[in-house]
Amino acid sequence: MRKILFLSVLAALPLLATSHPARADSASAVVGEVQPLNTGEDVYRHVCQGCHMPDGKGATGAGAQFPAFAGNAKLQSSAYPVYVIMNGYGGMPWFSGTLKDDQIANVVNYIRTHFGNHYTDAITPADVAAQRPATSPQEQ
Amino acid sequence: MTNAHPRKAPTRRQLLTRIGTLAGSAALYQAMTSMGHAQGTDFTAPPVLSGAKRGTRVLVLGAGLAGMLAAYELRKAGYHVQVLEFQNRAGGRNISLRGGDTVTELGGVTQKVGFASGNYINPGPWRIPYHHQGLLHYCREFGVELEPFVELNHNSWLHSSRAFDGKPVRYREFASDFHGFTAELLGKAINQHKLDDMVSADEHDHIMTAMRRWGSLDSGLNYSKGIISSETRGYEKAQGGGINGAPIPSEPFARKDVMRSGLWTWLAFHERLDMQTTMFQPVGGMDMIGKGFNRQVHDLITLNCKVTAIHQDDRGVTVTYNDMTHGGAVREAQADFCVCTIPLPILSQLDVQVGAPLKAAIMAVPYASSVKLGLEFKRRFWEEDDQIYGGISFTDQPISQISYPSHGYFSRGPAVLLGGYMFGPAAYDFAGMTPQERIEHALAQGEVFHKQYRKEFSNGVSFAWSRVPWTMGCCSMWSEQARKTHYKALCTMDNRIVLAGEHASYVGCWQEGAILSALDAVTQLHKRAQGAS
Repeated sequence: MRKILFLSVLAALPLLATSHPARADSASAVVGEVQPLNTGEDVYRHVCQGCHMPDGKGATGAGAQFPAFAGNAKLQSSAYPVYVIMNGYGGMPWFSGTLKDDQIANVVNYIRTHFGNHYTDAITPADVAAQRPATSPQEQ
Repeated sequence: MTNAHPRKAPTRRQLLTRIGTLAGSAALYQAMTSMGHAQGTDFTAPPVLSGAKRGTRVLVLGAGLAGMLAAYELRKAGYHVQVLEFQNRAGGRNISLRGGDTVTELGGVTQKVGFASGNYINPGPWRIPYHHQGLLHYCREFGVELEPFVELNHNSWLHSSRAFDGKPVRYREFASDFHGFTAELLGKAINQHKLDDMVSADEHDHIMTAMRRWGSLDSGLNYSKGIISSETRGYEKAQGGGINGAPIPSEPFARKDVMRSGLWTWLAFHERLDMQTTMFQPVGGMDMIGKGFNRQVHDLITLNCKVTAIHQDDRGVTVTYNDMTHGGAVREAQADFCVCTIPLPILSQLDVQVGAPLKAAIMAVPYASSVKLGLEFKRRFWEEDDQIYGGISFTDQPISQISYPSHGYFSRGPAVLLGGYMFGPAAYDFAGMTPQERIEHALAQGEVFHKQYRKEFSNGVSFAWSRVPWTMGCCSMWSEQARKTHYKALCTMDNRIVLAGEHASYVGCWQEGAILSALDAVTQLHKRAQGAS
């Protein structure tokens, strides 16, 4: 699984091409081994909690915030978090190239059923696919 | 103190100006290129801003390199400048950590750096390409001493968990074999007339000679075990003196293993313009640059100011901020113009009164996540045991690389190396760990190169840029689409406010981007001020 994941991530990440200016002083032009992202919890732990924190409470910096998930009215519709994960929002990067449909569905379902949230309308990878932009931002 | 190494005579510039005047810009460009200029970034000289109206006030937000440089050039031009900074230090992302420093990240965890005296890690920028002439110009002007940064070390390691049985190989051996086998294939293809439709008879001989020498091939065009290949890849038994001095050649890797390893990506990495030698670093830590800039403008900077709103009208700019030195008291600062260098993840959430195009641009640029780890070891085992002096070992593990210090060679006692530096998925993952977990992963992964890792480890610190309160991310991540749609708007002065920082440049994530964007911003501001009634 690790190998399959690695290859699929590489193929899906044109932003890791050597010419991408955002990677100017970056460690490398190649993404290495990544953790398995099989469940919503996996995705949350290995991708989201670096900013939104393990308890989903977000954080406050210099007059700006990483939003909390607890009691966040924007999570009422699953389409909103799917959109933000795909396209990014403000300082948050887009993940349309990094995460696959099932991974996005899993993590949206995870967030909407944890951190004090109890939404029952789970979404499927097909729901995510329907929202996927024709081309990811870095490919345009 | 403003000019540590004054030019004796600006003859080259005068000459270029003359050529430009006489023969037009194409000739000027050609002349500059042949004289070694016009490569890399487009810096040529600082802008000459003269004749500022007396009493014109400029408010600069942020005391990183862009903000401090804007303040320096604008004061020099005659403006009345004030700088507001969120942190209790100037320098921004130009930062070094030393023993006794603390790092408090979002989430509330505080690390105390335990490095021995004199040791440091640069959690932000850490190397300066020779062609970042804007930054190098100001290092010279502000008396910041530079030394070589070793980017490429032929004796460092390359590692892939899926190649060579998961064992690291020396850069030297791999590079020699990759070049050698490539040269052999190309040479034989040409020699067997398989490329006759592409290679003329005249070219044939030149390429054959080049392949033979570049690829260390024998007379039969083979890259094989022998003195010729070992002169590049190294020997099994090294050359010695005396009776038993004869070397024993080393055995190249199998060609299929070399080609399928993927490790050639690290050969290509060092060939990118960004990564080519010569590289530099300041003596004593990257923050020597920030300190050099700060020496010029420290009297203009007020620390601990948390900006909350930036408004403008026909008469001027009003910035509202919390004075954190005085219990967060709400204050206002006013000026005629504003240079705003606040990182976009912060700025996009503030109350900023600008037009729709700039507003959209501020929202359009996310910041990449990046993590660095500084590990201190009791001794320089990479030098003493492995003969690695500076440079970088690469791996496909999440830490991505280990970089050895480019200073203090052969010294005894503890030393600090860069134990991991990642962007992308691995950076998100590491940012979400506790500092202890990050160190543990870095040690476990670093052991693939250095079995001494655990035994010699002393202490370490990690820096997760997405958890830094004052940037909430590492640096700008422009998509091609956003660049097309928003770049000009982001860089264009909006009435009385102009943005600066690496995000307002094509040299994103480098200090040079901050320098070049600041120079463009002050030039725009000066023009606007001159034109304003």
